[in-house]
Amino acid sequence: MNKVLSHKEVVDKLSSNMTIGIGGWGARRKPMSLIRAICQSDLKDLTVVSYGGPDVGLLCAYKKVKKLIFGFVSLDMIPLEAHFRKARQNNEIEVMELDEGMVQWGLRAAAMNLPFLPTRVGLGTDVLTHNPELKFVKSPYSDKEKLVAMPALNLDAALLHVNKSDEKGNTQIIGPDPFFDELFARAATKTFVSSEEVVSTQELGGKDGAMFNRFERSLVTGVIHSPCGAHPTSCAPNYGFDIQHLKEYSAAAKSFEDYRLQFLTKTNEEYIDSVGGPEFINNIPLPQF
Amino acid sequence: MLDSTSLAEICISAASKAWEGEGEILATGIGLIPRIAAGLAKLTHSQDLMMTDGETYLISEPAPMGKRDTSHDQVEGYMSYSRVFENLWSGKRHAMVTPTQIDCFGQTNISAIGDYNSPKVQLLGVRGFPGNFINHKNSIFIPNHSVKTFVEEEVDMVSGMGFKNQELSNGKFEIKLVVTNLGVFDFNGKDNSLQLLTLHPGVSVDDVIKNTGFDLTIKSEGLTPMPSSEDLHLIRDILDPQGIRNSIFGE
Repeated sequence: MNKVLSHKEVVDKLSSNMTIGIGGWGARRKPMSLIRAICQSDLKDLTVVSYGGPDVGLLCAYKKVKKLIFGFVSLDMIPLEAHFRKARQNNEIEVMELDEGMVQWGLRAAAMNLPFLPTRVGLGTDVLTHNPELKFVKSPYSDKEKLVAMPALNLDAALLHVNKSDEKGNTQIIGPDPFFDELFARAATKTFVSSEEVVSTQELGGKDGAMFNRFERSLVTGVIHSPCGAHPTSCAPNYGFDIQHLKEYSAAAKSFEDYRLQFLTKTNEEYIDSVGGPEFINNIPLPQF
Repeated sequence: MLDSTSLAEICISAASKAWEGEGEILATGIGLIPRIAAGLAKLTHSQDLMMTDGETYLISEPAPMGKRDTSHDQVEGYMSYSRVFENLWSGKRHAMVTPTQIDCFGQTNISAIGDYNSPKVQLLGVRGFPGNFINHKNSIFIPNHSVKTFVEEEVDMVSGMGFKNQELSNGKFEIKLVVTNLGVFDFNGKDNSLQLLTLHPGVSVDDVIKNTGFDLTIKSEGLTPMPSSEDLHLIRDILDPQGIRNSIFGE
């Protein structure tokens, strides 16, 4: 069994109008090399589900997004995401804005093959005003409480970035926070994983390594070997986020063409070299909060 | 000592009172002043509070602001984002947050300003506000008390629910304390209206009234208590030795 694919082979397995979930959180462990490959492709009209960072911003800048399902879009140390803001303020994308926990609930419902999961979250807020498609359920028990029926967020594909994988799709997220990547994988028909390292199964480290295996390989359709593939986002413990680059990227919301020509017309290897090379990226210190 | 006490220090000391008597819950101060205030609460009156290192681990002592040697952090537990969500469903958390807008009902907005379909200013998105406010207690810190933050009408995009919908929260909704650059408030006025508890030095009741977009109750015109010398020591030497707090009000 060998699931290793190139960026292009993965992009060829996606199609326009798909609902795509993207793992990571804000400016952390985003599958950015895959996002750049999508930006350079003919794919369009995507529905994107994300705890958003520059993945969402870049897809917005390339007009790839038809609809965004989100709780926030932020670059962490740079709180507001300039490209996403521009798309919203110019009314370029449809949105389904949800509480972070509602996104989790929608993914979990999809992961459990359920139509919805009940929650109080959303009640008393304009999340309901702006998403009239959200329905309610009444508790069948004596409390009779009225709750939001958070619908399953079923994904056609999930795109994740991990620290290690073997050719069979046994993955490891070694950073301390796996975020909600497991739920993205379980909510998706197909999951594609880019990985800092692709190693032998033996090199995954046996029982100790298995503690970092957050979901089983049967969920993984394809693995891409993509060293530094999360840049400019962080990939703990390998490297932190490239704040200088994120600033440059943010400033590019004013004139995206220069940034695009400088960084986004290249192969992935050329991109990595253009932003400082693997050694530079692997030495970016982890952020401290 | 009193002369040199800064507004940031007065706000931190006042804000720390939000967690008084909370016991063994997760204290989350989001932003500079709330975070130092939560740390001060833990080091003084509320030692059982749980706090994170600002990221994934629960640590025994509050993490000081600025760059530090994290090898000295005494890690005692784990608090990934998934764990934070699980924790907050239970209500065992009290967060202090800084919304962009707040209205007379205690409703808060961090999502967008203006017309929702093409906002004048797109902000973060609702983040965890809908879940936080319906599941656990919150307090609020506002560094720029004005009619733009304390808005006349309802907030543009209700992200955190308010008192007018509190019956939906199964008894969990509460805004305990509101600390601003002008004074200290709560929502315990008549019919859960905002009420003034104390004024910071040099601030008048008129300053508060003209900078608040809706009617508020004046419970007292007393002065906000100055931080104790112990509070000042903890803020200056332990929690924020690099003085990062001074950037909030340009002090």
